[in-house]
Amino acid sequence: MQEREPLLVMSDIHKAFPGVQALSGVHFRLFPGEIHALMGENGAGKSTLIKVLTGVYPADRGEIRLEGRVIQPHSPLEAQMLGISTVYQEVNLCPNLSVAENILIGREPRRFGRIRWKAMNEEARRLLEERLHLRIDVTRPLGSYSVAIQQLVAIARALNISAKVLILDEPTSSLDRGEVEQLFSVMRKLREDGLAILFVTHFLDQVYEVSDRITVLRNGRLIGEHLTENLPRLELVSQMIGKELKELEELPKEESRVADWAEKTLEAVGVGRKGSVEPFDLGIGKGEIVGMAGLLGSGRTEAARLLFGADRADQGRFVMSGEDTVIHSPRQAIDKGIAFCSENRKTEGIIDELSVRENIIAALQASQGWFRALSRKRQEELADEYIRALNIYPPNPEIPVKNLSGGNQQKVLLARWLLTHPKLLILDEPTRGIDVGAKAEIQKLILSLAREGMSVLFISSELEEVLRISHRIAVMRDRRKVSEIAGEDISRERVMKAIAGG
Amino acid sequence: MARFAIKKQHVPIIASTALLILIFAAGSLRYTGFFSLQVLLNLLIDNAFLLIVAVGMTFVILSGGIDLSVGSVIALTTMLSAALIEQAGWPPAVVIPLVLALGTSMGAGMGAIIHYYRIQPFIVTLAGMFLARGLCFVISINAITIKDPFYVTMAQTRVPIPGGNFISISVIIALAVLAAAIWLAHFTRFGRCVYAIGGNEYSALLMGLPVGRTKVLIYAFSGFCSALAGVVFTFYMLSGYGLHALGLELDTIAAVVIGGTLLTGGVGYVFGTFLGVMLQGIIQTIISFEGTLSSWWTKIVIGVLLLLFILLQRLLSSRGEVREA
Repeated sequence: MQEREPLLVMSDIHKAFPGVQALSGVHFRLFPGEIHALMGENGAGKSTLIKVLTGVYPADRGEIRLEGRVIQPHSPLEAQMLGISTVYQEVNLCPNLSVAENILIGREPRRFGRIRWKAMNEEARRLLEERLHLRIDVTRPLGSYSVAIQQLVAIARALNISAKVLILDEPTSSLDRGEVEQLFSVMRKLREDGLAILFVTHFLDQVYEVSDRITVLRNGRLIGEHLTENLPRLELVSQMIGKELKELEELPKEESRVADWAEKTLEAVGVGRKGSVEPFDLGIGKGEIVGMAGLLGSGRTEAARLLFGADRADQGRFVMSGEDTVIHSPRQAIDKGIAFCSENRKTEGIIDELSVRENIIAALQASQGWFRALSRKRQEELADEYIRALNIYPPNPEIPVKNLSGGNQQKVLLARWLLTHPKLLILDEPTRGIDVGAKAEIQKLILSLAREGMSVLFISSELEEVLRISHRIAVMRDRRKVSEIAGEDISRERVMKAIAGG
Repeated sequence: MARFAIKKQHVPIIASTALLILIFAAGSLRYTGFFSLQVLLNLLIDNAFLLIVAVGMTFVILSGGIDLSVGSVIALTTMLSAALIEQAGWPPAVVIPLVLALGTSMGAGMGAIIHYYRIQPFIVTLAGMFLARGLCFVISINAITIKDPFYVTMAQTRVPIPGGNFISISVIIALAVLAAAIWLAHFTRFGRCVYAIGGNEYSALLMGLPVGRTKVLIYAFSGFCSALAGVVFTFYMLSGYGLHALGLELDTIAAVVIGGTLLTGGVGYVFGTFLGVMLQGIIQTIISFEGTLSSWWTKIVIGVLLLLFILLQRLLSSRGEVREA
């Protein structure tokens, strides 16, 4: 592909938030007639970059040029007027209005202030058909169509407004395979029409399927801009994760991984949920730590939620201790001895205002029923015991948990579940956002729990961690379990290859 | 849905129409003298003010809000009109525009508070309700009778229509408001913006619609309608009184909902509100024709109807959700 004049150039963009340098010196170019994928893990700065581009945040430094002219959009609306439109994953349209209105509202054809419905419907129909090859009844309410169609309508609205630059922010996250195909064919068509498309997604396969150029960000910095055809998958993943391939085999081997884990605590057979995770098999042995690796959005959390019943599996079955069992709700899962520490410590786990003691006993109390209250004395005993065992600091059961550091909050959450003596402990990003010392402590704790016979499903974005403590690693990619690596075969390179796929 | 000739969003309106016809037919069979055009016209005459407030309320509910102040604003309008005309001796030509402006600005004020301070409409208009009702009694604790010739003329004039029947001037005003509101809701940008806000306010904002201005205008319009209904109510009662239109806000909301407008906003028709008002009126008429029943039976029947219509809406919308899944 020959170098053309870029349509949009962002140069040396800096943006800081209190305590975080979200973008530092990022350069970014968009070419007309190209689909450009913006890649990076969580916190890489993708969404900040998009928000700077669309005027949600002003840049601290740097310059944006559209067709050679410097622009400074102050709101998404201004950006739209300039020709930069964004379509988000959650469709920002009005489901109660007709498709035609959603495309044209605010710019309806009028005569003497009266909206000309016929002309409006006609225009909407023409727009959808000519630009998107979509033939639907535009007079029906938007809400009666699938999310995929709604997204196409959102794109049509963006095209009608301006359309030089179209930003698609994770548009495929809630679409099924066929719908993604439909979206891609629309994207290809728009590329032929000369639009510059910025595509953000977590799905590697999709990037290679549809994009022409890839820009990788990590920790707010530009790592590289490549033509898709020149960037092998493995290289992309290593750029995103930020580890060189030669750093391979340096991890210290934990104890030998020999046991055969014949006795399974939980086995999932063909368990899946439409639109969330494709059917997978996964067995977790007694005393085994199964790590789950994969990029953000690869379906790790979704898979864990199925095992816990937080989302209901619509296919497959579960086997516990050799017997078929149903897990339809967290309630049932807890009764069967499954515990789940969610990745959103703040919103789904810790109750800020309550004391450490109250947080620790919450799950046990719940499982006993609220009418058989634990005595205050028993509560204090339990809290003290776990504060000691997990080394929670400060060792005071009566202070509100919000005053603890992130790592200690995580330990409180862990204590809560350990108190119920689960057979299987699911940990989703247990070490996110906590310091190195606390991380090591939590890892040690997990290993010792496993030695005592507890099964652990350990999900983490940090590959090192997964490599270090797992006896077996299940790799997720694009919402599929793509590989399982055990024992001696576990190596950074194998896992990374599996994550990258292709 | 293409298999059905009826669109889903029209079902509540069709249900209201059918019910109206059914009740009218039943009344006609049961009571002599019921089956006449004048009975229908009387519905309009007796409920002209209700129709006007309900039209204003329809916009509020369509936008996902609620306006509890309407009954009190009516009372305040009657009180202020009566005091200014009878006690201060002002001419109606000054008083009527004044009270209309007052109602409108009160509505606009509430709308501005709702939008710019992000406070629930329920609370803001509840405050407005107490404020307006209280102000009535500041003017006078007793009812003030109006003897002004203009008001008396407006109250007593019968506008003849072919067939020997008649309507009142208030009916003409109410129907004009209705027609204007239908135009406003369906053929202007303001109207569509109201629907968009009711559908998803955040989306409406992102789509670049003037959400703030529209919300203020919605409540201003509702305030205007309440004041106009107050003027019409003054024609009807020929008095100003702090206890006029007590609880009318709830009758109004009931009429709007029975007319097929979703309380969550975004779905409904102004014409449906007309049907809702007529339904309330005809139930009242039936009960007065029955003679032995106390007028409280109206409330009971309205209560049951309201429940049925809300269930119908729930049924329709949940069926929609299943289809999407």
